[in-house]
Amino acid sequence: MSFVEYGDTIKDGDTAIVFLGHESMFPVKVQHGSVTQTKYGVIRHSTDLIGKKYGSKVTCSKGGWVFILHPTPELWTMNLPHRTQILYSTDISIITMMLELKPGSIVCESGTGSGSLSHALIRTVAPTGHLYTVEFHQQRAEKAREEFREHGVEHLVTVTNQDVCKNGFGVSNIADAVFLDIPSPWEAIGHAKSALKAEGGRICSFSPCIEQVQRTCLAMEESGFTEINTLEILLRVYNVRTVSLQIPDLGKAAEDNSSTGFDSSSPSHQAPLDAVLLTSPVSVLL
Amino acid sequence: MKNVCLTTRNLLSVTLKSCVSPTDLELDFTNLYPFPLETKEAGTDNRNIVDDGKSQKLTHDDIKALKDKGIKGQEIVQQLIENSTTFRDKTEFAQDKYIKKKKKKYEAVITIVKPSTRILSTMYYAREPGKINHLRYDTLAQMLTLGNIHAGNKMIVMETCAGLVLGAVMERMGGYGSIIQMYPGGGPVRAATSCFGFPKPFFDNLHEFPLSKVQSLLSGTFSTETLPADPEENALGEEESNGLSEEKQTALQETGEEPAAEAPMEINPTEEQDTMDISAEDVEFKETKEKENKENVREKHIKQWERRKKLKEAAALLREKNADGLIVASKFHPTPLLLSLLEFVAPSRPFVVYCQYKEPLLECYTKLRERGGVINLKLSETWLRNYQVLPDRSHPKLTMSGGGGYLLSGITVVLEKGKSDSSNSEALKMEEPSSKRCKLQDLPC
Repeated sequence: MSFVEYGDTIKDGDTAIVFLGHESMFPVKVQHGSVTQTKYGVIRHSTDLIGKKYGSKVTCSKGGWVFILHPTPELWTMNLPHRTQILYSTDISIITMMLELKPGSIVCESGTGSGSLSHALIRTVAPTGHLYTVEFHQQRAEKAREEFREHGVEHLVTVTNQDVCKNGFGVSNIADAVFLDIPSPWEAIGHAKSALKAEGGRICSFSPCIEQVQRTCLAMEESGFTEINTLEILLRVYNVRTVSLQIPDLGKAAEDNSSTGFDSSSPSHQAPLDAVLLTSPVSVLL
Repeated sequence: MKNVCLTTRNLLSVTLKSCVSPTDLELDFTNLYPFPLETKEAGTDNRNIVDDGKSQKLTHDDIKALKDKGIKGQEIVQQLIENSTTFRDKTEFAQDKYIKKKKKKYEAVITIVKPSTRILSTMYYAREPGKINHLRYDTLAQMLTLGNIHAGNKMIVMETCAGLVLGAVMERMGGYGSIIQMYPGGGPVRAATSCFGFPKPFFDNLHEFPLSKVQSLLSGTFSTETLPADPEENALGEEESNGLSEEKQTALQETGEEPAAEAPMEINPTEEQDTMDISAEDVEFKETKEKENKENVREKHIKQWERRKKLKEAAALLREKNADGLIVASKFHPTPLLLSLLEFVAPSRPFVVYCQYKEPLLECYTKLRERGGVINLKLSETWLRNYQVLPDRSHPKLTMSGGGGYLLSGITVVLEKGKSDSSNSEALKMEEPSSKRCKLQDLPC
């Protein structure tokens, strides 16, 4: 397995995702002899994981079961250990499309942070592209390098430990795209421009505050970038349930005009209406 | 032949018949920010500005005359400003806005760019949303990511979006891996796909398979005996027949439908002669015509044989039941598509279904839960908002919600027959107690 290539069976050294149920999963480093504790019991890597097909159900010692999933950048984003605030797949999707990323693209990114976006970018540019990612925090940079190694993608990424605003990305005139997720992106626009190829390069900056966006747009314009667009994307997830609503008793269309309104038909022909329910699938915004 | 897109406001797609180099065209790269004005005169607000339609002193004909004289757009805009009585009373922002508007109208700025999913999907959503089932570009972006579309995948794509979704998937796969496109009717529509301008090798691993054969494939009764009617073949046949009667046409198709020999078949030459008058002069003409027809017939049979071969290849790929993902974006009800096509997908792989409406996905969700073999089901929608960001003038422009369609996504797992895959304690939470439920048809009237 790797994050850029599907494998069929679980192998020693893989990173796999243990799925326990709705919104409940965690990553696990598969290793001979290791055990993993779950609320359903123990998973023994050597017997329960290694050699099994991804997507299999694994029964744990207490009797409950879990599914073992092949890692993807999206699953990783939902389960990675946070060292910083991360980008989620909704934003990652639109960034990827707007930067026109595809296999072979050369991308520059700063800051690396917890590597959420990095994994997605690497997946998209593989097998012939490359990600140059810059992180000014030494331990985070090192942790990122370690994770890329474990995930089998180190040949597709270069992590540089420096301040992008002072020293840029470490490359010139080759990037198809640059992405910035830093507190002061306007300070890095000049460096972004020199990393980008001469014409047709695309840049994207992510900022939580509109003031940052304003400053960055101005800097972009001053540096000669055109067709500057600002977007916000929101994800709305629906909760789907099947509910049964009671049917109100509207009485019977009477055939005889008896005034008492007593029901003269035998009970077996008519289900008691207050016990009747209609089933519908419904969705509710989460 | 290169595919390019003309962008900036008016999005058109154009195929250039020859290579274009930057020096061939006069391109104006001026961005749309206003050039500095000679006079910096401006007002403070609009309390005294009356919009009576009489502020502009140049008439329609005057402007036309200027245009005909051939003067540049920049000059026309300058003229309009000078001949506007209210311009100097406008605020600076209003002047900016006015100039931008006039520039847009009179200065045609064309930027030539390479086609991409970003451009084509925004184009289609803006101009022909009906052709793509109102799939908004941010929704498409989600599909590509949720589906983990990347180089090396073996993807199954079922779409009726003119080939836009297929093109987007192909772009993200970069020519690596393989795609099997499922199609309704006679053949897949790839109008939008050709706009991407992919190099030919990208199409080497693009297969197609008719939906009408899915059931037979799943039940093991699949054969290549009856192909869906190929519209292209029929059209070709009509062109060739010219003076020949339709008898020959049907005769050809009948012979085509017979059990496929590995070698193309010869048609019985006597059938051709029945339908034509023979005269001395015509004999020679007829002979060459016969030769031509035999050639065409042979070509047609070769084509048919090739089609059968490709169909068998696609069927073989599907039969392996190890696809790395499934993308569905069509006008059809998603439930039957998913329930059948998921059979071809390997376990622990993502799938994404797009639907213009939410309700069919509610049903799909419920049916998938019953089927089992899927986890992490999520029904979602994205809202998109774009902003105008200018100094002291930043505000949102347009919010797009609801009109971009909905997505149902999930991950496959090993399907165990007869068991539900709901997580251990979850199964009970799904529905209300069943004893009192009753369908609408069962109600006494």
